[in-house]
Amino acid sequence: MAKVRVKEELVYPGSFACPGCGLMMAFRHVLRVLGRNTAVVTTAGCGSVVAGSYPQTISKVPFFHCSFGTAASTAAGLKAGYDMMGKRSINVLAWAGDGGTFDIGLQSLSGAAERNEDIIYVCYDNEAYMNTGVQRSSGTPMGAWTTTTPRESLEDRPKKKMAAIMAAHEIPYIATASVSYPEDLDRKIRKAKGIKGFRFIHIIVPCPTGWLYPASETVRLGREAVLSRIFPLFEIMAGKKYRLSPMGAKTPVREYLVSQGRFKGLSEKDISLIQEKVDEYWSELEELAARSRESHS
Amino acid sequence: MKQLMTGNEAAALAAKMAKPQVVAAYPITPQTSIAEKLASYVARGELASRYIKVESETSALAACMGGSLAGARVFTATSSQGLALMHELLHWASGARLPVIIVDVNRSMAAPWSLGVDHNDSLSQRDTGCIQIYCETAQEALDNVLIAFKLAEKVLLPTMVCLDGFYLSHYSEPVDIPEQADVDRFLPRRKAKYRMDPNDPFTFGGGVSPQVLFGLRKRIQSDMDSALDCFRQICTQFFRYFKRRYRAVESFEIKGKDIALVTNGTLSGTVRAFVEQNGKEKGVGLVKMRLFRPFPKGEFKKAIKGLKKLVVIDRNLSPGSGGIFSQEIRSAIYGIEAALPIVSVIGGLGGVDVSIEDLDRLVDRIREGGDLQDETIWMEA
Repeated sequence: MAKVRVKEELVYPGSFACPGCGLMMAFRHVLRVLGRNTAVVTTAGCGSVVAGSYPQTISKVPFFHCSFGTAASTAAGLKAGYDMMGKRSINVLAWAGDGGTFDIGLQSLSGAAERNEDIIYVCYDNEAYMNTGVQRSSGTPMGAWTTTTPRESLEDRPKKKMAAIMAAHEIPYIATASVSYPEDLDRKIRKAKGIKGFRFIHIIVPCPTGWLYPASETVRLGREAVLSRIFPLFEIMAGKKYRLSPMGAKTPVREYLVSQGRFKGLSEKDISLIQEKVDEYWSELEELAARSRESHS
Repeated sequence: MKQLMTGNEAAALAAKMAKPQVVAAYPITPQTSIAEKLASYVARGELASRYIKVESETSALAACMGGSLAGARVFTATSSQGLALMHELLHWASGARLPVIIVDVNRSMAAPWSLGVDHNDSLSQRDTGCIQIYCETAQEALDNVLIAFKLAEKVLLPTMVCLDGFYLSHYSEPVDIPEQADVDRFLPRRKAKYRMDPNDPFTFGGGVSPQVLFGLRKRIQSDMDSALDCFRQICTQFFRYFKRRYRAVESFEIKGKDIALVTNGTLSGTVRAFVEQNGKEKGVGLVKMRLFRPFPKGEFKKAIKGLKKLVVIDRNLSPGSGGIFSQEIRSAIYGIEAALPIVSVIGGLGGVDVSIEDLDRLVDRIREGGDLQDETIWMEA
């Protein structure tokens, strides 16, 4: 692994995050790349809670706590205000969890994406409402335990395909990322920063508290998610051109699942069903990427 | 220069003259023509603003809040269900002390569908911390919008200007158009003291202790109180520039009368005409409420001096309680020496017309009916 020189840390130490929180790693990476000339809007969720309570804050850049469903529209308004006041160079970051993105914020997200608002929208996805104590969201994967999908009735629907929904908006740039692939994440944020229009970055952020694994395993699980292709890394340009990111050889999803308490109790049959779904999604992506290569070569 | 225009056109023109840098709106009857007019101002380059054509009223207010956080002047307009959809963010805007200007073209709430005016939409926002100003005429729609920008940006609270749907929004009246240069002097560019500035970064709206929250709420109350003085001062300045005088509470021909009809919105115009025609004979004058939040208790008490009875006509209904203005007025005058009897009337819900003849019959009934204090009179069509 190449050594990465950290230019400037824009997050203060001492957040309210749980030990091993993937979201904090993601936030630090994103802000480091975007730099000081950035303003952040965040919804209710872990991202809001970990930021600290008055008079403390973790953010060295301007940071506004907005309502749960309005990250994208608040950010769009902020950017419009900056533009109209001649401050065009400020990066506006909407920072929202899976609940604020997949569920309650989907409408305002879709509106802002369709209008191609000039903002960077990053979804930190810990796959449930973790801040309120682990309730399922439409980002919760099939087979997962949460407090609203208890052992007797585990999540039985597949995770919503956010990237595909965003691709349907034909926005300039979409990327998925993992905190366990920091160079890839940095590159994608840097690329997004240089593009005008709506940019959507979807980061998987493992959560020891909600996924039920030891805090020391966050990086390993962020990697397993990618290696198994349950959360593959890719980019979509203009909603059409798919490009797979370097990830390493594909591994069975079992290792990823059995490392987490939330998947405890899955039968062999459940695991093979999940494997089937993962394989199906992965070949769809490979096909889309291959087709993109052909049509653009 | 006078020009014939609708209340909506007057409100949109005022918004244009105030030069907001961010406008966000979503169509809803009877507000839509404001959203359309502003779109055409921006498209033709007559208004230098980013017009965000949002996908909902929630996003309209959110986008305005975002613009306001950047330090920009912002404007939106809505009606009825749209305002209800903004409800969460009205609390947010006042809590975050963002001076967003909202024109609400009043329309009754569903179900069932109705396009006509009553004030349940705006009065349901009573406790959000949003200033509320009501309009009698298209001229007032224009003037109140200009006043609202100045007031909101001074006291840092969202401010709503309420226009009666159709009766005001869609009927044309002669409106005196101010000179842009005078508007620019009356309402210079917003200078935001607090904003999201990467050169001076702050975090806004994060968690606070109960004590801090308590203090911030108390601060909104004291700033609402000071908004009454601000409103008075701004109206004085407004008169200096534009020669039209406005007050939070306005009385019309109450001298020597024993009864006042108390109204807000376009009903005041009908009552005014009734008082002009029959006021002397019937012994009736008009007290008009321009401000609802902050509630101008002091000015109201002054305005009703010498009267023997108040007849409050509410174009709204708080089911389980009654007319909202009537309740607020009872509370405002409670405990003053020889408290006036108040007759509570509910009229004009869903846009039902209240005519001069209706008012004539109402006053006769009250003159004959003795003590009606414990009853609500329904002016049904």
